[in-house]
Amino acid sequence: MLFRLNPAAGQPLYLQLMDQIRHAAETGLLQDGDQLPGIRTLAEELVVSPNTVVKAYTELENQGLLELRQGSGAFLTLDRRARHRTDCVQHAHRRIRDVIGQLREDGLLDEEIRRAFEAELLYPAESLRKR
Amino acid sequence: MIDAPVIQTRALTKSYGRVEAVRSLDLVVAPGCITGFLGRNGAGKSTTIKMLLGMIRPTSGDGAVLGRRITDPRENVELRRHVAYVSEDKRLYAYMTVEQMLRFTASFYPDWRHDIAENLLREYELPRERKVRALSKGMRTKLALLLAFARRPDLLILDEPGDGLDPFGIEQLLQSLVAICAEGTAVFFSSHQIAEVERISDRVAILERGRLILDLSLDDMRESYRQIDVVFPGLPAERDFQIAGIRRIRAAGHQWSVFASGNADAIVDRARDFHASSIQVTPVGLREIFLEMAREN
Repeated sequence: MLFRLNPAAGQPLYLQLMDQIRHAAETGLLQDGDQLPGIRTLAEELVVSPNTVVKAYTELENQGLLELRQGSGAFLTLDRRARHRTDCVQHAHRRIRDVIGQLREDGLLDEEIRRAFEAELLYPAESLRKR
Repeated sequence: MIDAPVIQTRALTKSYGRVEAVRSLDLVVAPGCITGFLGRNGAGKSTTIKMLLGMIRPTSGDGAVLGRRITDPRENVELRRHVAYVSEDKRLYAYMTVEQMLRFTASFYPDWRHDIAENLLREYELPRERKVRALSKGMRTKLALLLAFARRPDLLILDEPGDGLDPFGIEQLLQSLVAICAEGTAVFFSSHQIAEVERISDRVAILERGRLILDLSLDDMRESYRQIDVVFPGLPAERDFQIAGIRRIRAAGHQWSVFASGNADAIVDRARDFHASSIQVTPVGLREIFLEMAREN
């Protein structure tokens, strides 16, 4: 499992790590019961403060996505709800892929598609008004 | 953090004649953390560290390291047993070999971790039989780090530890600092290498002309500090932008550059109210904050 943290991004490193673990679970890269590296190992690998890893693991444990076992590390726990969510996200990926395919066939450039997605996500109310 | 701080100073001051090297410093360093101590050359970082270790006497004020008063000679001896210090000049005995230096240092510390020393000796590729005098600057730095790490101190203080190391050596250094912190040692290190500090620190204290001008968690920095570039077709008055969080507004024609330590959403809303034609929000890194704070002071 490869994580990549960006110190220059405007988001705390522990949140970046949480997002990437969650993303890996949602896309099926990490499966129920999979073990994550220990705190020291991951901190050394990413060259970040061990507290960054502790904070990410603890928050994910609070959210029910990780189980921390004393001395033996962190394990991914996907309950039914989380598994359902994983399915939803994977389904969404397929639908978005289809939509993008169609838009390209309609002759839109990738940049235009990107802007349309961003506008819709950032200002849903405004783009509705324009319609 | 509810645990007692590992370093706490109160109005710590050091004057050399009429020059105040450190001015009324109130510094608190949390346990279990990596804290970066930033400042320009001559900002007072080394003077502060030497006072913390009892190597020079404060002109006024006081402080405690691991709960022991730095100005009390007896408590100072006690605190130095639990604090490891890697100085800027890496004080080592030039006539000893690496091996002799190891055995000599180990003899002072009953808790010496031979396993850590051996591992690092291999990892750092230090030649056992070479005399310290014949080591490169980078190797000397690594040896000094090794000697500090193997003591398993409660607090590790380093003064410009990255000096003399190549990028690969810096990477090894940062990894070692992360590893020792994971074992429960608090790390306090001074540097003017902002990128190093930004990667591994939990908190950063910035010293400028002997004064503490910023003490900040890097999570907060990444979460809240923003630069907001706005273009106004019709310029608003600056007083319309008296919003908490705005540290500074630089105006160039119709373009404003707002430096904010928080509240970016409210600032963007206000800019919209004044019909901004373009608003761009970018995260601010430690380098920008450092330069901005140095400019303000």
